[in-house]
Amino acid sequence: MTSSSRLAAAIAAQFTDRARWSLLEVLFWLVALSTIWLLPDQHLILAEIVIWALFALSLDLILGYAGIISLGHAAFFGIGAYTAGLLAKHALVGEPVLALLLAGLAGAVFGFLTSFLVLRGTDLTRLMVTLGIALLVRELANRFGWLTGGADGLQGIDMQPVLGLFRFDLYGHTAYIYSLAVLFVLFLLARRIVGSPFGLALLAIKGNPLRASAIGIGADRRLIGIYTLAAAYAGIAGGLLTQTTAFTSLESLSFDRSADGLLVLIIGGTGHLYGGLIGAVVFRFAQDWIATATPQYWQFWIGLFLVLIVLVGRDRIGGWFTPLRRLADRVGAWRPGKTRPTVLPGQGGAP
Amino acid sequence: MLKHVLTPLAVTLGLLAGGPASAQGVVKIGVLEAMTGQQQSTGVQTLAAMKLYMAQHGDTVAGKKIELIVKDDGAVADNSKRLAQELIVRDKVNFLVGFAVTPTALAVAPLATEAKVPTIVANAGTSIITERSPYILRTSFTLPQSSVIIGEWAAKNGIKKVVTIVSDYAPGLDGEKSFTEAFTKGGGQVVEAVKVPLAAPDFAPFLQRARDASPDAIFVFVPSGQGATFVKQFIERGLDKAGIKIIGPGDVTDDDLLNGMGEQVIGTVTAHMYSADHPSALNKAYVEAFKKANNGLRPNFMSVGGYDAMHLIYEALKKTGGDTDGDKLMAAMKGMAWESPRGPISIDPETRDIVQNIYIRKVEKKDGELYNVEFQTFDAVKDPGKAKK
Repeated sequence: MTSSSRLAAAIAAQFTDRARWSLLEVLFWLVALSTIWLLPDQHLILAEIVIWALFALSLDLILGYAGIISLGHAAFFGIGAYTAGLLAKHALVGEPVLALLLAGLAGAVFGFLTSFLVLRGTDLTRLMVTLGIALLVRELANRFGWLTGGADGLQGIDMQPVLGLFRFDLYGHTAYIYSLAVLFVLFLLARRIVGSPFGLALLAIKGNPLRASAIGIGADRRLIGIYTLAAAYAGIAGGLLTQTTAFTSLESLSFDRSADGLLVLIIGGTGHLYGGLIGAVVFRFAQDWIATATPQYWQFWIGLFLVLIVLVGRDRIGGWFTPLRRLADRVGAWRPGKTRPTVLPGQGGAP
Repeated sequence: MLKHVLTPLAVTLGLLAGGPASAQGVVKIGVLEAMTGQQQSTGVQTLAAMKLYMAQHGDTVAGKKIELIVKDDGAVADNSKRLAQELIVRDKVNFLVGFAVTPTALAVAPLATEAKVPTIVANAGTSIITERSPYILRTSFTLPQSSVIIGEWAAKNGIKKVVTIVSDYAPGLDGEKSFTEAFTKGGGQVVEAVKVPLAAPDFAPFLQRARDASPDAIFVFVPSGQGATFVKQFIERGLDKAGIKIIGPGDVTDDDLLNGMGEQVIGTVTAHMYSADHPSALNKAYVEAFKKANNGLRPNFMSVGGYDAMHLIYEALKKTGGDTDGDKLMAAMKGMAWESPRGPISIDPETRDIVQNIYIRKVEKKDGELYNVEFQTFDAVKDPGKAKK
C-alpha cells in the first residue's frame, strides 16, 4: 500500500521533472526570439534554418524517440510543400495558416498509410522501404507535370497575407516570424508528447521491443502514431518552405533533402529535440559561409567539416553543451545531483 | 492583440532594413550559377567569361567599381530563388546574372519584378523567360531560334523522317515544338517524340526506341554538359552505323566537350549562335584570351552569354553615368546593339530578348581538333517563340 503510493508519487515527480523547463532551454528560446530584432538582415536565412530545424525535429521524433531510421522523410516534406503550393496557386485555401494545417494533414495521411510498411522488418528494411517510397513519390510528381510543373517546379504561386494581416515581404521578416512561431508551437507539442507516458513507452520500444511488449507495451500502434505525427510535422515544414518562398520544385522530394535532414539531426544529436534545432543553425551557417568563400568547391569543405564534427564531437554538438547545462542546472538549483533525463536517449540514437 | 504587437514590429523592421541603396561607388553584380552538379560546366564557363571581360575592360566603369558576388545554386530552382532573395536583400546587388537552366530563371522572375533589379539571363534558353518579368533581359539564345532553323534546313536537305529526343522540361519542350512545326511545314515527318527525364539521364533505352523507328536523323536537345553522354551512347548503340544522323540545336556538340566525343561525331550538323571556330577577329582574340586565362579550356556558347552580359552591364552604366536605378538601367539596355564574339547581336527593345545570327555548322577536324565549322548564316534572327504572337 504505502510502497505503491510511494511509487506513484515517485513517478509523478519524475514526470514533473521531465516537463520542467531548464534555464538553458528558456535562454535558447529567448535568443531565438531576440534574433527578430537583432538580426533583421539575416531573416531570410534564419527562416530557412527554422524550416530545416522543424524538418529535423520531425525526424528526431521517429529516430531519436522511436528508433525508426528513415532515408525517405522528404516524401512527407514534399507532399506538404506541394499541398501548400497547389492550395495557394489555385486559390483553394488562401489563408496560409489554414493551408499549413492542411499540408500537415496531407503529410499525416500519407504517413499513416505508409507506416504499415515501415512496421515490417528491421533497420535495413526500413531504410530501403522509406527510400523507395520517397523515390516513388518524387517520380510521380515528375510524371504528373500538368499538376506539379514537373522539372520546372510549381510556378506562379501567389501567397495571401498570414491571418489576412501580414504580407510576405522581400526581406523575409514575415517569413521568419511566422516560421519561428510555427516551430515554437510544434516544439511545445513535441516536448509535451515525448514527456508523456506515450513518449516513455516509445523509448522503451526503442530500447528493446521484445521486453517492452513483455511488460505490456504494444509496439505497433505506438509506432504508427509517432510515425504519423512525424509525417505531419514534415508536411508542415514543407508547407512552410513553399509559403515563405512562394515556390516549390522536385527538390523538396529529393533524396538529398532526406539525407540532409538526417545530417542536420546527427550534427545536433538525436533524442533530445534540440538536436535538430542546433544542427540546423550549424549546418546552414557553415554552408552559407563556406559556399560564399568558395562557390565551386564548397562541397569538399562541407564534407570535411561534417567528418570532423562527427569524429571530434562524439556526443555531437548537442553534447558539447552538457557542462553548460550542468552549470545552468546548478545555478538554478532545480535538480541537484540528478542527470537530466533528456540526456538518456542520446545513447545509440545515431545510425 | 497579436496585431498590436506585430504591426509596429514589422514597420520597425522594414525601417531597419532600409531601401536597396548601395554603397557609394560600388556596383554589385549577383551571379547565380551552377558551380556544382550536372550543369557545372555552364557555371564555370560563364563565370570565367565574365571575369575575362572584367580583366580586359577594367573593374571600374563610369566611376563605379564593379564587384561580382558569386553564389552556387547547383541549377536547383529552390536554391536560386532563395539565393537571389538574399543577394537582393542582404548584399543589395544592382544586377542579377546567370541562370544555368530555365527553372532557375523562372523562379527568380517574380523577385526581379518586385525588387526592380535588372536580371540578365546568360544561359537559359526557354522562350517564355523574358515574358515573366519586365526586368529580365537575355544574352544567351532561345531554343526556338535554332530549332526552327535546323527544322527548315533538315527538310530542305533530304531528311524525311526524324525522331525527336529532348530533355523533359521547358526548353526541351520549346525546342521540340518549334522544330516539329518547322520540319513538318517543310514536308518532313516526326515519327516519334521522346522525352528524357532531366535528372540522371541514361539515354540508352530511348536511343533503342529511336533506332527501332529507323529515322533518317534524330533531333536532340539536352542541356549543356549532357551532350557527351548522349553521343557516347549513340555510338555504343551503333546508331551512327545504322546511318542515323544527329541534328539539333548546338547544345549537343558543345565546344567544351566536343573534343572528347571522338571522330564519329564528324559530320554532325547543328544550328546554333556560337562556335569557338567563328571566323572573326574578335572571336579569335576572345578564344585565345579565354584559353590563356583558363588553362587551355575552350570557350563554349554558354561563355559568350556571360561575356555579353558583362558588356551589356558596362555599356548600360556608361549610358546612365553610373546611375544604378533599375528602371534607368533597363531603359539603357533595351535596344543596345554590339559586336560579340559570336557576331553582331542586339537586345530587342520590345521583348528584351536577344536578336542574333544563327549559323548552320558541321563538325570537322581542324588542326587535330574537332570544331563546329559554320557554313551558312541566318542574319538577325528574333525569337520565333514570340514573333508568332
